[in-house]
Parts: sequence; C-alpha cells; structure tokens
Amino acid sequence: MLGIGAGLAVIGAGLGIGMIGSKAMEGIARQPSAAGDIRSSMIVAAALIEGAALFAIVVDLLKLFIK
Amino acid sequence: MKTTYFLLIFLLFGSLQTAFATDPHEEGHDTKESPVDAMLHHIADGNEFHIFGEYSIPLPCIAWSSDGGFMFALSSTFEHGHKAYNGYTLHHGKLMRVNNANFPQGLVEISAGHAVKAHGTAEGHDHQTVSPDGVHTPVVDELKDEKQHGAAVSYNGTVYNLEDGKALQNPGTSWIDFSITKNVFTMILALIILVILFSKVSKAYTTRGVAAPKGVQSLMEPLLIFMRDEVVRPSLGKDWQKFFPYIMCLFFFILIVNLLGLVPFFPGSANVSGNVGFTLVMAVSVFLVVNLSGNKDYWLHVLWMPGVPIGVKPLMTVIEVVGLFMKPITLMIRLFANITAGHIIILSLVSLIFFFNEAGGVPAGVAGMGLAVPFVFALNMLELFVAFLQAFVFSLLASLYISSAIEEHHHDHEVEPM
Repeated sequence: MLGIGAGLAVIGAGLGIGMIGSKAMEGIARQPSAAGDIRSSMIVAAALIEGAALFAIVVDLLKLFIK
Repeated sequence: MKTTYFLLIFLLFGSLQTAFATDPHEEGHDTKESPVDAMLHHIADGNEFHIFGEYSIPLPCIAWSSDGGFMFALSSTFEHGHKAYNGYTLHHGKLMRVNNANFPQGLVEISAGHAVKAHGTAEGHDHQTVSPDGVHTPVVDELKDEKQHGAAVSYNGTVYNLEDGKALQNPGTSWIDFSITKNVFTMILALIILVILFSKVSKAYTTRGVAAPKGVQSLMEPLLIFMRDEVVRPSLGKDWQKFFPYIMCLFFFILIVNLLGLVPFFPGSANVSGNVGFTLVMAVSVFLVVNLSGNKDYWLHVLWMPGVPIGVKPLMTVIEVVGLFMKPITLMIRLFANITAGHIIILSLVSLIFFFNEAGGVPAGVAGMGLAVPFVFALNMLELFVAFLQAFVFSLLASLYISSAIEEHHHDHEVEPM
C-alpha cells in the first residue's frame, strides 16, 4: 500500500510539474525577453506542487515509521 | 577550469564519504539492522556524531529530572550504551533515562542491545515468542518487543525500560533533555558561520562603500542583490526595508543549515532542516510576523470579506481563518519534507550497496557501489540545488504572506497567494 501511495503522489507531482514546464516553455518561446521572470515563477510553482506531493509522502513515511 | 575539477573531485569524495558513513554501524555488538532502521538513525537527531564502527565524536549531554536534578556528561561516558550514568544512557545514539528508583546511581556497567533484552524478556515477562519446535526466535521477538514496549536495558539480570525526554509526542516522561545534540550543535555552528560571514561583509561595505566587491563580499553580493531585487522588493513594495532583515535571516539561516546537512562528515551531517521541530519554529516565527504586522484591511479580509454577498461572508471567514494557520503549516511541511525526502533518497541509494552485497556477495557489492556512487553524486548535486531552492521558496512565501498582511487594498480583489 505504501508503494501505491508513493506512486500516486509521484504521478500527481509529475503531471503538475510537467504542465508547468510545458506552459513555461511555450511562454518563453512566445516572449523570449520575459524568460527570466517566467523561469523564476516556474520554479516557485514547481516547488509548491512538489510540496503538495510531499504531503502525501510524509503521510507515507508516518505509516512506514510508526507501525 | 582547474578549480572546477578540484571541486568535482572534492564532491565525488564527499559522496564516497556518504557511502562510508552509512556503513551498518555498531557492527561489533549488534545484529544486522534493517535499511529502514539505518536510514531512520541517520535522519534522526542524536547525542553523538557517529563516524564509523565504534568511533564517534562526543557531544555534551545535559538532562534534568524532578527527582534526580541535573545530569552533565559527555556522550562518550556511556560508551554507546554499555554504561549508564545516574540512570541515563545512550540508546542508538540517543540519550534515554531509566526511571526506576532501584536503578543504581553513578557510573555502572549495563547490558544493552537486542540479544540481552530478548533474554531478559524471556526471564521477566510473559510475551516471549517461542517457535513450534521450542527454539527461541530472538530476531522477531526483539523487533516486536521494541515496537510494542519501547527500548530497555538490562542490569544484573533485571530489565529496565528506557524513557525518552519530554517532548510534544511524549509529554508524560520524567525528564527534560537540554543536551547539545547534533541538531543543536549544527544550529550553533550555522549561527557562528553567519556572524563571521556577515560581520566581514558589513565591514567591507562600510569601509569600501560602493567600490567593486572584494573577497567574501563578492560571494555574498549576488545573493543579497538577488534576494532584494527578486524577492523582497517586488513582493513587499514600499515597506520592503522594514522586513528585509527578517527575510534575509530566514533565507541565510535555512540555507546554511541545509548546506551543512549535505556535508556527510563531522561538522555537518545533522539533518536540521529535515527536523519538523526546527521548521515548526521557523513557521511560527513567520506566523507571528505576518499576523502582528497585519493592518486593518488584512483583518477585515480575514474576518469579514468585503465585496462578496452577505450569505457567503461567514463561509469566507471560516476559510480565511483556516488559511491563516494552513499557510505556516504548509511552510513547515514543505521544508521538512523536501529535505527529509532528499536525505532518504540518498540513503536508500547508498543502501543499494548493502542489498547487492547481501544478494551476491562482495563482487555484487562492488558492482552496487559502482552503481550507487554516481547516483549518490548526482543526487547530492540535486540536493545542493534543493538546498538553495527551499531556502528561496521559504523566504519568498514568507514575504508574500507578509505582503498580503500589509498591503493597502483599494477594493479591487486579487487572488491571495497561497
């Protein structure tokens, strides 16, 4: 069960970060001069999504460590 | 170019050190530990810096209990749990106490470890596990026993239970831990580093003025400028100077602590920002700063949201009040989970060596090392980036929360940053 949980969390985070990446690429391709701003906002959004996925991982860890 | 090579080689050795530092410790007197236990041991706080085998750097242990008063000792006094001093001993590198009046004071020899405890269990208690053919099965018993009844030591054939220090998760114990643990040591070290670094930088700015930066000043200036121009000024607007020092304190303290956590040997190796207590304190400080500097508009928006129909207002109040607490909690869990996840991934890759060794002997272990060391190296690089990223994200979100608390609203409703 822990493995399934971790896998689901990774799927969610992967989808989210992939979407951010693709949209940021599109944005940079359309407006190369705004690349710096887009990149930093992209990193922040990615970190936020990663945080959400890590909540799931923390629950997993709690299940693993506290039996 | 030469410097780059040097740095790469140094980092490679760093990842090798991680491999050695994760050697299944206490080999001499302990049975084989499962990788999960080894990982837990390495990300947990402890009262000594473990190097390898029997060698570790001792740290001062300070404890207080209502019946025994203060206890001062170096963690080397306990000889990895072979000795007890005034009822205190080390259990897997962590200070614990025997809360029993019959236990002798002063320095006494005790038997720790699973085998003795299982033996004691067989004598004193009724929950031993005996397999059908009558053979005692200590491995299963001892793991089960430790999970169910906690740690214990044996002295003169009697088993005494060990107690953790008072903490949020176990408030009922008899003693309070004031020890300089690994985490405390690393935080003090980070403070010393920051004070030395920034007194140099500020002296350079006062004596050299606006001249081109020199020495350590040119190391810090890009970071300072970046944080000022990308984080604090855009989000906080005209009041940025009031909160700049606080945000910079957060950023540099978390950054230094993250980086020290990546150093696999002595001055580093403590998983401070992967400790939920540390991130809790950081998040509470953000919570206090945000809510103590909140203006009228902020509290109006929290308690009675303007611009929405009257029926929705109470609902918005509930959501906003929950959001008030959720923001610091997400800060806390994000930092804790990111750093802990990084450490666990590195440790599990290092454990690959031991899995391979177990499966196919020494040649497979060597092959596993060939596999694990490049992976650990790559992940150390990633963690180097994450150390910066998480410090950056933490301070960026802190400044966004502060800006949502101090900005003047003109009743145009924008999306609150979450």
